[in-house]
Amino acid sequence: MIKKLRNMNDTNLLLTITVVVFVVMYLCAVIFLGEGFRSPQTFLNLFNNNASLIIIACGLSLVMITGGIDISVGGVTALVCMSCAVNLDLHGGNVFTSMLIALGIGLAFGLVQGFLIAYLDIQPFIVTLAGMFFARGLTTIVHTDPFNVQNPDFVDLRNARITIPGLGSTNRKGMYIDATIEIGVVVAIVIVLALFFMLRWSKLGRNFYAVGGNQQSALMLGINVKRTKFLSYVFCGLLAGIAGYVYFMHVGSGSPSHAQGAEMNAIASSIIGGTMLTGGVGNIVGTLFGVLSLSTIKDIVSSIGLDDAWWTGITVAAMLCIFLIVQSIVMAKKHSKGSSSKKEETAAAAQT
Amino acid sequence: MNILKKIVSKQIFIPCAALLLLALFNLINDPSFFKITLGHNSDGDPVLNGYLITILDYGSELAILAIGMTLVTAATGGQDISVGAGIAIAGSVILRVLCGSNSRPTELQTSLIVAFLVAVLVSMAFSAFNGVLVAYFKIQPMVATLILFTAGRSIAAWINNNELPIISADCDKSFSYWGNYIPGIPIPTPVFIAAISVLIIMLVLKFTNLKLYTQSVGINPKSSRLNGLNPEMIKIISFVILGVCVAISGLIKVSRLQTINYSVVAKDIEMDAILAVALGGNALSGGKFNMWASILGAYVIQFLTTTLYKLDVRSDALPAYKAIVVIILVVASAPIVREKIGGFFKKFRSSENKGGAAA
Repeated sequence: MIKKLRNMNDTNLLLTITVVVFVVMYLCAVIFLGEGFRSPQTFLNLFNNNASLIIIACGLSLVMITGGIDISVGGVTALVCMSCAVNLDLHGGNVFTSMLIALGIGLAFGLVQGFLIAYLDIQPFIVTLAGMFFARGLTTIVHTDPFNVQNPDFVDLRNARITIPGLGSTNRKGMYIDATIEIGVVVAIVIVLALFFMLRWSKLGRNFYAVGGNQQSALMLGINVKRTKFLSYVFCGLLAGIAGYVYFMHVGSGSPSHAQGAEMNAIASSIIGGTMLTGGVGNIVGTLFGVLSLSTIKDIVSSIGLDDAWWTGITVAAMLCIFLIVQSIVMAKKHSKGSSSKKEETAAAAQT
Repeated sequence: MNILKKIVSKQIFIPCAALLLLALFNLINDPSFFKITLGHNSDGDPVLNGYLITILDYGSELAILAIGMTLVTAATGGQDISVGAGIAIAGSVILRVLCGSNSRPTELQTSLIVAFLVAVLVSMAFSAFNGVLVAYFKIQPMVATLILFTAGRSIAAWINNNELPIISADCDKSFSYWGNYIPGIPIPTPVFIAAISVLIIMLVLKFTNLKLYTQSVGINPKSSRLNGLNPEMIKIISFVILGVCVAISGLIKVSRLQTINYSVVAKDIEMDAILAVALGGNALSGGKFNMWASILGAYVIQFLTTTLYKLDVRSDALPAYKAIVVIILVVASAPIVREKIGGFFKKFRSSENKGGAAA
């Protein structure tokens, strides 16, 4: 078993840790906290409440795999919500135009940031930091006050639910309630699957890993490093736009304070999911489990009765801390053991 | 031409140029921006008024943070994003020690010095925690400090049981001196605090090996180890120094308002501090640094903020304009863009020469 673990590559090893931790955590919750956690709807709600975060985190993982970072995603989400809300209610737009706006905003941010980072070689942190400031500031310029969208078409879309057969449960009065998911969840799952296949089997996907792992050797292999980096930011921006619309469908309102701190949650989820900020290591499925773990721990904290606002922050941070330390120890152990045999030593040398 | 090139290639040129541009803009827009008048505050003490004084006053925290942030950036090649949360913790500790469990005290429990020292210790401990994660567990600084970034404001609220202690003027008047004015001195106190901090760090950099060691660890930790340095220790030391800076900023922040609001105090200041380092032309990937440039960068950012406020930009829309300016600055200072522009000028000049020769 241990030998098998040692032979795994970094991506799979970190993914395994994440999945195991999530399953153990959820099982513990089901066994010890009972009731709430036992109904399938609770599990589905993890997806319902976090569909947009899953999409954002996927985009961020993509950028992190290529060795960059994008902290503008939360701001873009808020900007998309506000712009769509204003378009629908104040400018007489319809659902279709608002979707176009969402995609357009995301794409615009991705293109500009990608260009600045990949082709002008400016620090990604600074560029996307400015992007975050810009998006947040623009949100309040578009409209100052939060408001709910009344557009009937959109309200229909917002309230649409997809029923999952066989997972419903009976409530205390004996009524049968269907288990449902929102449309956003379907979007999120489709995106996760698409990105998973892309990263694993497409040429572009492999290029992302190659560029993140070692730019120099990627360049020597004939990969267009700049274009690959550029594309990762375009994807991330586009996904942030889509996530913005999914978030918009979930809350049905525009507000400057929407998705506050979403970028940090997304980064945390990606890290818990086994993506490394140094690039070259990461997995979209891991990211999905990262988001789920993060929200499970929040659920557990609130159901234990530690309702005070500060406990959520402290536990999430503690969990992040534990994950980071475990990851760092596991990686260090693996690499030190790997160098004990000569064959692996050369492999490690080739890697670094 | 050579002298010009020499000046342009100096690192401190970037913040200086930005400062000059901003000053020029204000001069054209409204020369009264630079007017400084001697007025009186509500207590009848003489105070200096004017936008320049505001910039110096409110830029103090940023300048102090920029000192620590520059060292952390240089030593670890990453940034600490938990300084805002750290300020909330430090401020909370100061109020907790001064007020005890009573959130509306009539008299202070201890002297301010004790409270401040406790805050410094707590801040140093948190920073050392960050430092250990970065140095020994080899976690990227931004990620390691993400932990405290998430938890910091919650911890700050927890320290004071989520109450918001207020030290009123009736209770102790001298508490507000640190963030405002000492009676009789017309210059705001934070300016002095910042000046003393800058002086101390400059003396330390001049008379100790801190600068050399930090830079060598930032450039190559492995070879510094081979040269007998302890890279882990130096990384932790840089974080601890940042911790002290955070505690000083925390004192100024609480003293300004004599109270604290955990979710709002020093919000987004980590971004400004990182920007200050970047504006100073320091590589965010570590290595060489220029402390003066960072400190100047901090004041440039405050200059920009004040200029925008003066133009009646709403405070919540402020970031958008700031972002545009920042992007223009970094694009203009990007090596590739500079090269392109330089090449363009060269071509232009050589074609001009050719034209002259033909004529």
